[in-house]
Amino acid sequence: MSNAPAMVIAEEPIRRAPVAFVELVRTHRRVTVGVLLVALLFLIALLSPVISPHDPLATDPDNSYLRPLSPGHLLGSDELGRDLLSRVLWGARVSLPVAFVAVAVGLVGGGLIGLTSGYAGGLVDLLLMRLMDALLAFPGLILAIAIVAALGPGLRNAMIAIGIVAVPVYARLVRAVVLQLKEMEFVVATRSLGANPARLIVAHFIPNLLNPIIVQVSLSAGFAMLAEATLSFLGLGAQLPTPDWGQMISSGASFLTNDPWLAIVPGAAISVTVYSFNLLGDSLRDALDPRLRS
Amino acid sequence: MTAHLLELEDVQTQIALRRGAIRAVDHVSLTLDPGETLGIVGESGSGKSMTALSIMRLLPRAARITGGRIRFKGRDLADLSEDEMEAIRGTEMAMIFQDPMTSLNPVYRAGWQVGEPLRIHRHVDKRASIAAAVDLFRKVGIPDAKTRVDQFPHQFSGGMRQRTMIAMGLSTGPSLLIADEPTTALDVTIQAQILDLLRALNRDYGTATILITHNLGVVAGMCDRVLVMYAGRVVEQGTTEDVFVHPEHPYTWSLLRSIPRLDATGHEPLRPIEGSPPDMGRLPAGCKFHPRCPFVIDRCREEEPDLREVRSQLSRCWVTQAGRSLDSPDGR
Amino acid sequence: MTTYVLRRLMLMLPVAFLVTIGVFMLIHLSPGDPALILLGEDRTPQAIAQIHEQLGLDKPLYVQYFIWLGRIAHGDWGRSVTTHEPVAQAITERLPATLELGIVALVWSLLVAIPLGTIAAVRRGSLTDQVATGITVAGVSIPNFFIVIVLIFVLSVTLRLFPFGGYVPLTTDPWESLRHVLLPAIALGTAGAAINMRFTRSSMIEVLNHDYIRTARAKGASWRRVVFVHALKNALIPVVTIVGLQIGGIIEGAVVTETVFTWPGVGRLAVESIFNRDYTVIQGIVLLAAFSYMVANLLVDLVYGWLDPRISYA
Repeated sequence: MSNAPAMVIAEEPIRRAPVAFVELVRTHRRVTVGVLLVALLFLIALLSPVISPHDPLATDPDNSYLRPLSPGHLLGSDELGRDLLSRVLWGARVSLPVAFVAVAVGLVGGGLIGLTSGYAGGLVDLLLMRLMDALLAFPGLILAIAIVAALGPGLRNAMIAIGIVAVPVYARLVRAVVLQLKEMEFVVATRSLGANPARLIVAHFIPNLLNPIIVQVSLSAGFAMLAEATLSFLGLGAQLPTPDWGQMISSGASFLTNDPWLAIVPGAAISVTVYSFNLLGDSLRDALDPRLRS
Repeated sequence: MTAHLLELEDVQTQIALRRGAIRAVDHVSLTLDPGETLGIVGESGSGKSMTALSIMRLLPRAARITGGRIRFKGRDLADLSEDEMEAIRGTEMAMIFQDPMTSLNPVYRAGWQVGEPLRIHRHVDKRASIAAAVDLFRKVGIPDAKTRVDQFPHQFSGGMRQRTMIAMGLSTGPSLLIADEPTTALDVTIQAQILDLLRALNRDYGTATILITHNLGVVAGMCDRVLVMYAGRVVEQGTTEDVFVHPEHPYTWSLLRSIPRLDATGHEPLRPIEGSPPDMGRLPAGCKFHPRCPFVIDRCREEEPDLREVRSQLSRCWVTQAGRSLDSPDGR
Repeated sequence: MTTYVLRRLMLMLPVAFLVTIGVFMLIHLSPGDPALILLGEDRTPQAIAQIHEQLGLDKPLYVQYFIWLGRIAHGDWGRSVTTHEPVAQAITERLPATLELGIVALVWSLLVAIPLGTIAAVRRGSLTDQVATGITVAGVSIPNFFIVIVLIFVLSVTLRLFPFGGYVPLTTDPWESLRHVLLPAIALGTAGAAINMRFTRSSMIEVLNHDYIRTARAKGASWRRVVFVHALKNALIPVVTIVGLQIGGIIEGAVVTETVFTWPGVGRLAVESIFNRDYTVIQGIVLLAAFSYMVANLLVDLVYGWLDPRISYA
């Protein structure tokens, strides 16, 4: 008996190829705005050494506490005379990579765990998911603080800490997709034909994973930024004199009465960045939702 | 001439969808006298529920009454403010819905919900309203009424829930009861019980009843008159007996034919209606039923027929208006 | 119901175990001899030897874990590296301050969120809704600590409405206590209000789409009655879930606010302890935070089951 019919009656996978993103970006206005904003932020982070009028670390005690729109200092200067505009622009260079590395740690770590857990099933699945539950039992900031406490304050350790906090989310996501695909008949059919599991992963698994992952990464990036800012604000992340937005708010808070801009500008910068990521994530989620389509 | 209890005159209701507006209720007219029972029959999407919601003025956000008049006890409902309408709902007109599980609030006890119209409209206190609920439960045939009033809807069976809905509807003694597919979500055996109940209540309390259903069999046992709807329009109207014995519209004819018969010889194929329900956003030209009609003639494709008298009914069909009689439904 | 409770408890046990293991490992994650870490300043050879003996640091790791677990269960949470005060005492001294802050903040957050969320849902698409949604989006994007700072600036410095910081225990003088907690509580609560409002709104919108709302209207109930009597009770059941979680996460929420206001609570203690390398205190606080979060999760499930008649009267 030929096995060919097994392929024919098999269920169609949800999507054969990743949805054309260019098409998506073009048709949904919110997505367009989200992508543009995020791209702009990346651009700033990339170009900050070039576009900053001053060295963010250069102190100039004679010119401290300058108001915004002072000559040479568009946004004024801080208590040590450092140019606020330059520090804010460089802040993107510090905060964005940290957020992304953290998300990457979560994605890779969580993804591997989810993949193993979903594929292996049984006892392995049970144990790994209990482990994820244990991680989730800690409130996010507390877990991050605990890890930073163990490893010592610093930007690098903050990245690791936030990444670890993100692991369970990705583990669950990837596991869910794996489980879903395992059930679908077309997987069973192709396997019965002796298809190579690696090829299976590349051809079917990854396209189905792409959409939820992209949405989650956008949203995680926002949370990671907030987490990093909070840790730096508390002094557990970026250390002086690194121009980190959270850290700048912490220093700037002492001068609120004299010079509110020192805290407000970095605060606005964080808010806009997080908003952009959230917008991107939310709009992508709505755009890719199969229920809302057609 | 005595005034009718309820009078719909050329009512039109539109629903605004993204792709355009659809005419859910398209020039529907009907009358209902006190104590009468009227059945409205049609497929899903035929506009029967929308007609009922238009009468109660409980249309969803996207829908609006765009034409015609609805008169209840002589008053034009369009003239009434929302407050005045609220005063009528639950007192003089009541409506019960299809799925009693989702139509009852899960976090409030059954007696509390049934007594609510009394508390809202007759300013009865809570204890008195629960007592009245016990009474109503007995009237609609729910056993252990005293225990049941303190229970939650999910603790009831499907049939009991529908009885609860009926009790709720009748609590203030309305003149009009609209029942929207009251038996569709129930088992067949329970269906018969509920219909018996509705019939008994109509007889005992003289409540005029509009029964909305897609099932002609339900209408047969219960209603004095019947209205058949298709694609938002009335296609046939008459007494139940007339319509069943000699339908004057191909749609009604097809519906009657499609009912499987107990006395069939055994190997007769089922006779469903050809085609599928119309897409309300893309209705055909001419008669809306013509693509599925076994009696279609050329005129049907071009011109939409008016609702005219054909024998003892009203029918919207060129073929029967021209004098032709449809074969009797059971093929004999 | 009891089977439901028991089942949830059973599911919680392995996770609780793993959590304790995680906390235990905190000290051992950092490089170096734990004894040195724990002793801090006074590292005499005798003290080191003593610690090694006490904690059994020469024994295999899992034995150490059980020794530690036993002590925790008996209330011996170790001593602070810096002050030598028992950790349990250090925490319990500061817990009332954190609780007062957290609870007042939550109450404020709900007072803002529930009415606004309800109105936004009922008047969906209107200007009010759009403003409310805008506030929600802002609240989620703007860092908590920034909101706190801005509010301090506006409320305390500019308008001189409230005193800045300064904790007065509830038992000493309730009125003064409330006066002093109000500013930090409002600051903390406003940040959480955005999330609660969004949740209330979506829950309310979903409930308003249910059939029983239509039934209520068919009975002649006014919109006011429909919203406040029929819809609200249903809509608030899921809201209880996130409120419960916020109670469980009180310590987490308080960390930043306490730091800014120098509020003598557990959150600030945690941050200070990190800078002081006071690992035992950190361990204790993390353990407490994790367990209260877990217990809150469990309680929330139970309360949910109790509130929804479909579960409690199954």
